[in-house]
Order: sequence, then C-alpha cells, then structure tokens
Amino acid sequence: MDAIFLQILNGLDKGGAYALIALGLTLVFGTLGVVNFAHGALFMLGAFCAVTLNRLLNVSYEQVSETEKDFLGNPLKEQVPYLQGWLGEDMGSFLLDYSVPLSIIMAIVVMGIVGVVMERGLIRHFYKRPHADQILVTFGLAIVIGELIRHYYGANPIPQSAPSAVSGAANVGAWVGLGNNVIYPWWRLVYFAFSAVVIFGVFAFLQFTTFGMVVRAGMQDRETVGLLGINIQQKFTIVFALAAIVAGVAGAMYTPILPPDYNMGMDFLVLSFVVVVVGGMGSLGGAVLAGFLLGILQSFASMSVVQNALPGIAQIIVYLVAVIVLLTLPRGLMGRKGVMED
Amino acid sequence: MAAALSKSKDWILFVGFSAVILLLPWILAPIGAGYPDLLQKIAIFGIFAIGFNILFGLTGYLSFGHAAFIGVGSYMSLWSFKLLTMNVLPAMIFSVALAGLFAFAIGYVSLRRSGIYFSILTLAFAQMSYNLAYSVLTPLTNGETGLQTRAIRTNPETSLLDGDIRIIDQALGVQELGVPTTNFFGLSMSGMSGFYFCAILLIICFFIAQRLTNSNFGMMLKAIKSNQNRLNYTGIHTRPYLIAAFVISGMYAGLAGSLMAVTDPIAGAERMQWTASGEVVLMTILGGVGTLIGPVVGASLIKYAEQKVSSWNEGILSSFFDFLPETLQHFMVSVSSLFVGESWHTTLGVLFMVVVIFLPGGLMEGFRRIIERVTGGKKSAKPGAVESGARAPQPAE
Repeated sequence: MDAIFLQILNGLDKGGAYALIALGLTLVFGTLGVVNFAHGALFMLGAFCAVTLNRLLNVSYEQVSETEKDFLGNPLKEQVPYLQGWLGEDMGSFLLDYSVPLSIIMAIVVMGIVGVVMERGLIRHFYKRPHADQILVTFGLAIVIGELIRHYYGANPIPQSAPSAVSGAANVGAWVGLGNNVIYPWWRLVYFAFSAVVIFGVFAFLQFTTFGMVVRAGMQDRETVGLLGINIQQKFTIVFALAAIVAGVAGAMYTPILPPDYNMGMDFLVLSFVVVVVGGMGSLGGAVLAGFLLGILQSFASMSVVQNALPGIAQIIVYLVAVIVLLTLPRGLMGRKGVMED
Repeated sequence: MAAALSKSKDWILFVGFSAVILLLPWILAPIGAGYPDLLQKIAIFGIFAIGFNILFGLTGYLSFGHAAFIGVGSYMSLWSFKLLTMNVLPAMIFSVALAGLFAFAIGYVSLRRSGIYFSILTLAFAQMSYNLAYSVLTPLTNGETGLQTRAIRTNPETSLLDGDIRIIDQALGVQELGVPTTNFFGLSMSGMSGFYFCAILLIICFFIAQRLTNSNFGMMLKAIKSNQNRLNYTGIHTRPYLIAAFVISGMYAGLAGSLMAVTDPIAGAERMQWTASGEVVLMTILGGVGTLIGPVVGASLIKYAEQKVSSWNEGILSSFFDFLPETLQHFMVSVSSLFVGESWHTTLGVLFMVVVIFLPGGLMEGFRRIIERVTGGKKSAKPGAVESGARAPQPAE
C-alpha cells in the first residue's frame, strides 16, 4: 500500500511536466494546426531561464572579510552578491534562495517574447504547408535552440536548488494515515500543485473569457471563425505565446527535480508527443489525462516487483502504451472526431 | 520511342552516378575530403538515405524510427563476426534479413495509421529498441560500452561479450594474431578497399532503387503519395505495397548498419537514437525528396560538413577573418564560432530550416531551377530531378 501510494506520488510530478508540455502542444495543434517539434526546446528554454536568473542574482563583487582569514593568514576575500550589498544580507539571500520560483516571472516574459517571435517569424508561414514540413522545420529549430544553449551554457547539466523552506522531505504518509513510511520531497509536491494550478488556469482562461471562447471556436472550425470577422491571426499569435509560456514555466519549475542540460528538451519532446497522441490529438483534457496517466504508469513500471516480473518494462512502458492505444483507439483516449483523421 | 528514350536516360544516369561514386576519392581530394574514413561514411549514409527515400520519397510516409534498423544491422553483423567468421558476407546477409524481419513487424503495426500517427508510432518503436538495447538486452548489446570483436576466447567460461568463438574461421584454421580485422574473402575492409566495397554496394543499391522507382510497384507507391483515398476507392489494397516499401527501406538501413560494423567493428546503441533517425530525414530533405540522386548528395554534404565544419576552431576562424579590423574580427569570430567546431549542429539545424522553408524540393530542385533558368526554361534539365514526385511537373514523354 505504501509503495503503491509512493509510486502514485512519483508519477504525479513527472506527469505534471508531461501534462503541461502536452497541453501547450495540443493548444498549438488544435488552433494553429501546426505540429511543433520545437516545443520541447521551449520547455528547455524555460529551464534555462531559471539557470540564468540564478546566475544574474549571483553576480558578485569581492569584499575583504573583516573577521576571517584564509590559510595564509591574509584577510579572506569573499564573494558577495550585489544583491546582498544593495538590499541587505537578509533580503538578498532570501531572493537568492527563491531564485527558482522567481524565475517563473522571468520565464513568462522571456517565453512570451520567444513565442511571439517564433510564431510571427516562422510558424505563421507554415499553416498551409503539409505536416511533414512543419515537423521538419520545427525539428531544425529545436536543434538550433539546443545548440545555442549548449554553446553558452556548456553541455553539462546545471543543478538548481529548491528554496530551503521546501527542500526537505514531507511526511506524506502521516497526512493520509499511512504511518511514517511514505516520505516524499517537498519540492515535487510543490511541482504537482503548481502544474495543477497552471492547468486549471489555462482551462479557466479558455472556458470563462471571451478570448478563450474564440480560441475554442477556432479549435472547432478555424475558417468559420475567420469568416465571422475575428482577427484569427492575432489570436493565433497569443495562443502560441501562451503555449510557450506554459512550457517555459513548466521547465523553470522542473529544474530542482532534473538539472537542465541542452538535450532535456528533446527527451521530453518525444515523450510529450506520445502523451499528446495517447490523449488524442486536439483534446486538451486528453492531453492532461494522458500526461498524468503515463507519468504514473512509468513510475509503477519502475517498481522492483514489476521490473522483476517484466524486465525492461520501465524503459518502454510509455511507448508500449502509445502503440496499444493508437492501434485500439485510433483517436487516442479523448480525441475528437475530425481532428487529424486519416 | 518515348520508352526507349527514358530507358537510355536511366542508363546515362546510372552510368554517370557509378562513375562519380567510383571516382569520388579524386573528386573530393581538392576539398580535403579524399580520405577513406569520410568516403566510407558517405557511401554508407548514401545507402541509408536511398533506402529511406524509397519509403518517404515515394509514399510520403515520414518514418522517424529508421535508426532502429541501423542498430539491428550493426548488432547482427557484430554477432556474426563474433560467432561465425570475420568474413563480411554472412554478416551482411544476416543483417539485411534480420532488419527486414524487424521492418516487417514494425511496419505491419505502424502502417495501420498514417500521417503524424505513423511518425509517432515508428518513433515509439525506435525509442523502445534504443531503451531496451541499453537496459534488458545488455547481454546482447553490451550496453553503453558497445559490442566489439575480441580475440578468440581460451576459457569457455568467458562471456561471449569478452571472447569470441568464430566457429567457421576456427574450422577453416584461420590464424589470428590479436583481434582480427573484417575481410571480404581476404580483402581487408579498412581504408580504400573498404570504401570501394561500400561504393560498389551503393551503386548496386542505387540500381535497385532506380529499377524500383520506374517499375509498376514504384508507380503504385507514388500513387499512394499523391492520393491514397482514390486508390482505395478504385479497389486497390494499398497496405501490402506500403509494407513492402517499408521492408525494403528497412533492409537498406540494415545493410547500412551492417556496413558501419564492417568498416569499424563496434556497435553502440547511440546509433539507434531518434536523432540518428532525424539525420537521415535531413539528408533526404536536403538532397531532394523523391529524387534518386538527391539523398546521396544530401548524405555526402552532411557527412562532409560534419567532418569539416566540426573541425574548424577559433584559430582557423580568426585567421579567416584576418583582413578585418580587430574589433570587427573579434565580433565575426564570436558570431561564427556559434556555427562551427563543437556547435556545428547549429549549422545543420539552420541548413535544415532554410531548405524546408525556401527549397522544399531540396538541392536537386534547386539545380533544376538553375538549369531551367540557364536554358530558358524549355528543357526539364537533369534526369535525376525528373522523379521529384508530386512537386515537379512530370515531363511529357
């Protein structure tokens, strides 16, 4: 029981990341009709927003320490971040500690700009092109983004730490009455809560605003919405930027769980495409559902009991599920009729 | 009359292609690419790309999982070297056969869907193979270390991964000093002889692809690309044709994988990663989808760029921009260092985007346009470009 509960928890944070990426992919696909292979790169860019913010906050000047000496007996030179110099030590270290959550703000701004530029500059010209062309051009873009990041940040993963207040482990078992055996990192719980909030936010935005209504209508029938005199071009740009922001914040918050490197986008991309296809092309609910489902399945498959019974299942479970779903339910779990029908 | 003309055109194309491939060491020597390692790669990836083009170029089905067959071919060849003989012939036969079987299994399932679903399914299968090669199948693939040929084992307790048995070679009493090299009935497979071996296979593969493209079967595949529904309505069952095309292109990939093991007897799972599948897509697109020569051109260009561009460093760049004022020179060096050396994949990505955006027909389409402009648009130019599928108008014959 404990083990099962723990695996569900394990699946939730990973599933949250899958769901957020898949949500953006589906949004872009459903409205713009574009298959975006660079979406994983956007996730990775978001993660590097967190890295960049952390580095910016850590820009330091040298100060000669008054009390401490180094091993030669000279006064020790210590690095003091400017932030601490300006805002006082407490405020400065507080901001540094919270650099990952703060990077959400940066990710929103940066990814918004990236999203708009990408849509205006590139994606817009591919609405009418075949899906193969869209896949290929965004695949090329993903390579370029990945390589640029590698050029400036190096090839090694850059670990980021969660704020110290939530860096420990939570005794989740005691909360639900399972005893003290289920211990789970706080940050992963935070990530799950965060992804749930973002998902609800996106759904609420689409459900309760006029803009959201137009977008949903656009997902149903793009041409008619255009015929009604709505500037669908502009809406598309905003939808794309929104998808980029969702992927970006998902990436920024994921950095304490997985140290980001330039290749992280590609790894997540393949998985999140599988998620989208399992969920059903063009179905937002399906994307979220499949994201969590596959995340949880993956963590169950990595249990040692399951591993012993079916060796290697953990590595292939996601793909296996995708194959089975695609062959039995051609539209995915919640796919709508008429979207990407063959 | 018309048929005879197209026949002779084909022959000219074939003979010209063979001549260029066989003379490649001399053609590429002036640009510093006439060395065996690169030439072998060009020939091998040429085979891979030609095979990929039979599927993607003719039927329009974009597979993102062809690297799996490369992996299957490589591993199979290595096992043949380890268990049977260092002669490459059985290795190649086994690899092609096994890759064909794999392709049949994967194709049978994946081809139930089309469009992006097909791409995702093939990707899923390739990723499964890749992940399994790194985990459960380690006894067969030797995991991250990669499978290698070893000396004959003296102690039967030694694992087959660390000591070979090579039954046939032993039975024939072949003397081995250390780890033997691959050979084709005594002809060493390294260096130039290795290149010529690959080149001849490339020419054979090209010939088969050419025959296929011009056959009724090829016509059927092109019909699938242009309108599959219409074919279905006329009562033609398209799946057998698709599966056949998938298996053929899988066998080409298996042969390419086998040749990789032949020229350098080590096989690692990274050959099966999906970026490797992406690479062959890129080669085909760059050269020209649906053309016969295009994929080979694309493969050569990319392999050449990989070797050359990745070897340029900042020193070379700054001497190249020497004529500029110093500040400008620094600027140019820092900008262009984004595209060379370790970051040469940036060039690849940019090239990829540029080709897809501006030249969907690839380089062959570009050549065709240039020649059309030069000759006043009357002749439809290079024979290779004639096949460029639905995009280029078929010349009246």
